[in-house]
Amino acid sequence: MATVLETKNINKHFKKPVNFHVLKDISFKVKDGEFASIMGKSGSGKSTLLYILSTMDTEYEGELFLNEELITGKPHKELSQIRSRHIGFVFQFHYLLSEFSVLENVMLPAKKLGSKTYEEIEHDAMEKLNMLNIGQLAKKRASRISGGEKQRVAIARALINNPDILMGDEPTGNLDSYNAENVFQIFKRLKEEEGLSLLVVTHDLDFAKRTDRIIEMEDGKILS
Amino acid sequence: MTNWNVILSIARTHLLTKMKSTVTASLGVTFGIGAYITLVSFMTGLNHMLDDLVLNQTPHIHMYNEIEPSAAQPVSLYEKFDGGLNKVHSIKPKQSQLKIHNALPILHYLKDQKSVKGATPQLRSQIFYLSGSIELGGNLVGVDIMEEVRLSNIQDNIVEGSPEALRNTENGILLGSGLAKKMSLNVGNRVQISTIKGTVFPLKIVGIYQSGIAEIDNVQSFANLKTVQRILGEPENYITDINIKLYDLAKAGPMARLLEKQFKIKATDINEANAQFETGSNIRNIITYAVSITLLIVAGFGIYNILSMLIYEKMKDIAILKATGFSGKDVQLIFMSQAMIIGVAGGVFGLIIGFFLSRIIDNIPFETEALPTISTFPVNYNPGYYVIGIVFALISTFIAGYLPSNKARKIDPVRIIRGT
Repeated sequence: MATVLETKNINKHFKKPVNFHVLKDISFKVKDGEFASIMGKSGSGKSTLLYILSTMDTEYEGELFLNEELITGKPHKELSQIRSRHIGFVFQFHYLLSEFSVLENVMLPAKKLGSKTYEEIEHDAMEKLNMLNIGQLAKKRASRISGGEKQRVAIARALINNPDILMGDEPTGNLDSYNAENVFQIFKRLKEEEGLSLLVVTHDLDFAKRTDRIIEMEDGKILS
Repeated sequence: MTNWNVILSIARTHLLTKMKSTVTASLGVTFGIGAYITLVSFMTGLNHMLDDLVLNQTPHIHMYNEIEPSAAQPVSLYEKFDGGLNKVHSIKPKQSQLKIHNALPILHYLKDQKSVKGATPQLRSQIFYLSGSIELGGNLVGVDIMEEVRLSNIQDNIVEGSPEALRNTENGILLGSGLAKKMSLNVGNRVQISTIKGTVFPLKIVGIYQSGIAEIDNVQSFANLKTVQRILGEPENYITDINIKLYDLAKAGPMARLLEKQFKIKATDINEANAQFETGSNIRNIITYAVSITLLIVAGFGIYNILSMLIYEKMKDIAILKATGFSGKDVQLIFMSQAMIIGVAGGVFGLIIGFFLSRIIDNIPFETEALPTISTFPVNYNPGYYVIGIVFALISTFIAGYLPSNKARKIDPVRIIRGT
């Protein structure tokens, strides 16, 4: 099976306020179509790792491969391209642009990528929203919908460019159990129906247990 | 690849949803530019008017015979006293004529010069205006009136009658407005004048001349050159002054020096005659520009502030844009285009407001004895100032937008999203 994401000996130091070795020799792989979760206590470095994997954080040592291509050391401009084409990201907080409508929020990354026409993007965006059962909200302002709905919009936005891997930083952390379950079901469906690879950082043991693989972290190292 | 559609649509949404800040920022530019246009139009209008008032009355070069003592007294020419300390008491001016020697050939010569727009002969004479038993001292200037009209603004100063009337009336006179008032005379009346020698001449008033400068209007009148020559009993080559108008004002100085040498005559150029005046207009210009630049800089700071605030508010949006694939440059372009939209909109409105304020000032009545041709405040509608205005609006908004947007470009999305 093909590897979507691979890290080789990733090390990271926080320089301020004191030198702190956050990540120590992180090496692991995420296979195509795998639903993996990263668990660990606060401060174990799991979010830090995720941001390195997302290519947003570039200050680290070691090598990062996406689709078996070396990403480390590429210029920022190219990284933004790679990010919008291959990686979808869902945060703990939804981070929607509140002045824009739901539909516009979802369409934005695709518009930026610019590989499809406006009509195609709009069609795709509606499709994603319908898939997540929030098609009826498309024209509403992003600031006017509920928390659970916002997170689902954020997922739709992460999916708009048909990424190879979807990353989540505690995507259910701010949701009640009903909505958290909802988000988990969506992720599961994406994996099963679309064959999407998922990598989710979480605190929630119930959530993690139901994924294909748990990567446990402690003190900047991978335990299992 | 830069996707302008997306960038501009985000910029537009930001501007529209923050209508209040957008309007405030634009108004800052609008008022800055509007005030600049109004101020500069009005100030330069005034400056032009004052320049014209004085400068158009002065020829570029004025040639005349100066009454002065000889530079070298006879004693210094006598060889035997050479090297001695010679002292001559009560030197008198040299005995010479008022008339310019060989005036007509000089005039011909000047008219053939390429750089000369025109040269007019004048004959200035001291006369008395007679009103019953009262004699008023004054000048009568003999002129070639149609040439004067072509080369100077004398027509603007003829408040009644016309230059043509003077040309057509051999015994005509353009009477100074102060004189007309003193003697209760009007166009169509006759005025008696007396030369220094005592000959009395009746002249018909064909017009009233008002320069705006009381000292001139109370003494000076104009008549045809030939008439004055006849009154004085002098031949046709009797000319006391030659006024020269050039195509290029800057050449006046060197040319005056050259003419002085060539014809052994006194020639003053316009800058000599109006040195202090020049200083005055320079200082007024400096003040105008200092005030306008201050206004524009204040407007620039307004934009800087509002964009900084906007970027601070939108920190999370910027982070998320970056996380979803927008590069730092895209984010910078989003905020730069907002700044430029504010700059263009504010600037254009500023030009319009400036234009309307100028129109209003232009219509405010401004009547003064000193300026017969002016009835409202003078305003200069030079399109150059409008170009400067809009260019400055764009430059200042560019700078004011660049600094905060550069900050936005450098924002690290990870730090914002993780809240550290």
